[in-house]
Amino acid sequence: MQGRRQRELGIQALLAAALLAVLWWLLDVTAANMAERGIRSGFDFLTEPAGFAIGESLLPFDSADSTLLALAAGLANTLRVALPAILISTLLGTLIGLGRLSTNLLLRGLCTAYVETLRNVPLLLQLLAWYFVVTDLLPLASEALQLTPHVFLSKSGLSLPWFGGDGSLIDLPLRGDMGIVGGAALTPEFLALLLGLSLYTAAYVAETVRAGIQSVPRGQSDAALALGLTRAQLFRLVLLPQALRSIIPPLTNQHLSLTKNASLAVAIGYPDLVSVANTTLNQTGRAAECIALIMAVYLILSLLTAWLSAWLERRSGRWAERS
Amino acid sequence: MRLPNIARRWLAAIALLMLLLHLSPAHAGKTLDQIRQRAQLVCGVSTGVIGFSSADSQGRWNGLDVDVCRAIAAAVLNDPNKVKYVPLNAQQRFTALQSGEVDLLSRNTTWTLTRDASLGLHFTAVTYYDGQGFLVPKRLKLTSAKQLKNAEICVQSGTTTEKNLSDWFKAQGIKVKPVVFEKFEASIKAFFSGRCQAYTTDASALAFIRSKEAPKPDDYVVLPELISKEPLGPVVRRGDDEWFAIVKWVIFALIEAEEYGITQANLEQMKASPDPAIQRLLGGAEDTGKLLGLERDWAARAVKAVGNYGEMFQRNVGSASPLKLPRGLNALWNKGGLMYAPPVR
Repeated sequence: MQGRRQRELGIQALLAAALLAVLWWLLDVTAANMAERGIRSGFDFLTEPAGFAIGESLLPFDSADSTLLALAAGLANTLRVALPAILISTLLGTLIGLGRLSTNLLLRGLCTAYVETLRNVPLLLQLLAWYFVVTDLLPLASEALQLTPHVFLSKSGLSLPWFGGDGSLIDLPLRGDMGIVGGAALTPEFLALLLGLSLYTAAYVAETVRAGIQSVPRGQSDAALALGLTRAQLFRLVLLPQALRSIIPPLTNQHLSLTKNASLAVAIGYPDLVSVANTTLNQTGRAAECIALIMAVYLILSLLTAWLSAWLERRSGRWAERS
Repeated sequence: MRLPNIARRWLAAIALLMLLLHLSPAHAGKTLDQIRQRAQLVCGVSTGVIGFSSADSQGRWNGLDVDVCRAIAAAVLNDPNKVKYVPLNAQQRFTALQSGEVDLLSRNTTWTLTRDASLGLHFTAVTYYDGQGFLVPKRLKLTSAKQLKNAEICVQSGTTTEKNLSDWFKAQGIKVKPVVFEKFEASIKAFFSGRCQAYTTDASALAFIRSKEAPKPDDYVVLPELISKEPLGPVVRRGDDEWFAIVKWVIFALIEAEEYGITQANLEQMKASPDPAIQRLLGGAEDTGKLLGLERDWAARAVKAVGNYGEMFQRNVGSASPLKLPRGLNALWNKGGLMYAPPVR
């Protein structure tokens, strides 16, 4: 027994070493080829000034700041849209998924129509449609609509009072020559992306939720009802705990896809990580490095999400056992 | 052919991988030998910039950058039509050239130090002196770009444009907000729907955008400032000096031909000219072709294919084209412009 186990470990170690050797060889050949052709390589450009501005950013960013900071601002923008979109799509998707199981014919029909429409139109088209609908409908920045004092809506987005940047406590948006000045703005790019990603992913979440609930054998519902549980109790105590276990893994996939789909932002002018990295790639010409960086960041995001989901799954398992 | 975005990223990634894995044909021999062997010049062009490189409804490529490819094919292969055009977006262009996918990048590309010194490339010569400008709606009543304080400015990514924008306004001490789009179509649609107070790109393109893309051209005006220098020209890979010289000198020959008044129409008469400079350029006197590894009449072939530089300009971007751009900086050096070719001798 022990001999076999050692042999297996040995083979695995050999394979791992071979894989590492191939990777190392690839990197080495790449570096040698690039050097031979006079192509500069390396990540030194990350500490150089970026030289370009970013339209909207959670982190304060100026074109004199480093490229690394520009990429961080891009990542922050990705998360700024992905996290709320994950929340909205999960809530909306759950409601629609439940709606698809409703005994009410109209509700069921509407939810089915929603899922089929949103799922079967490419996301990029949906984003462009939302974006151009949003920008076409809103008034010009110079003729911004005043919703309440210091809240304006225009093609430049929704301008709100925000914490002051330079000394003052509150930064109020005001009308200026070029439109609205000051405050914080939720831009049409951000709103269209948030809306598009949330609605599109909600359709998939709905299907995941529906499938999860339907995966609980019918006998369980019958038994619970026979025991005198109300429909709410049936759902909370019997269906949900069991359904969650089959919902969470595919739901994680949806959240991962949503984060990755957020990279379509560049099509509608939202400065996400890919958009900033694209600009960096063009300014510096370091294609291999920039693409490797994007890949590494998305890999880390995905692994974090997967890890979070595994943790949730374990918890939901415990919850199911407790209840 | 317009591939979906994802597919184009993959193509770029594959091109990159080819470069990494040493599978590319770049080292198989000298560029000129390869072009002769396959009887075709592979030219990297844009995915569509009217006047510079764009395909018409029959898929025929034309424009100033395309004419450079045709002139070189005529000089090297004696046939301006033996060119394969590879449309490249801004992200793909340098990788495609580095990996040997194209022999030449003739794609409205700005000559900068970073590009010249760190990408393994050589810029050959300037074929168009451009500069970045602004298009604004008339209703804002602007007369100068310095009035664009706090403005949102629509811009397409993947060019030198974003950096110029940031540099210039920083120097002026003015804050503006770029709204960056990956696709040209999306960026101008956003601008014309009123999303931004200004649109910025090279001045050569602004005139076209105003006259052809604006819902009402008269509602828009191009501001007088040019905020950058954009010398555009063809690029070749490093490591093949002979090919570098050929591309450079074909362009110089086209400029020189304009200076001597040699046109597509009068080429045959000019061959009988007593002027020694014309004789030399057209291969009547000493054999300059031999020095470049080309035939004696290389320059005459190029002029026969596309005309001299002035004719190329007028046909593609000048008065005989929809763009109607003035010669401006692109006039010959002796006519108030910057177009100056070292002597062909």
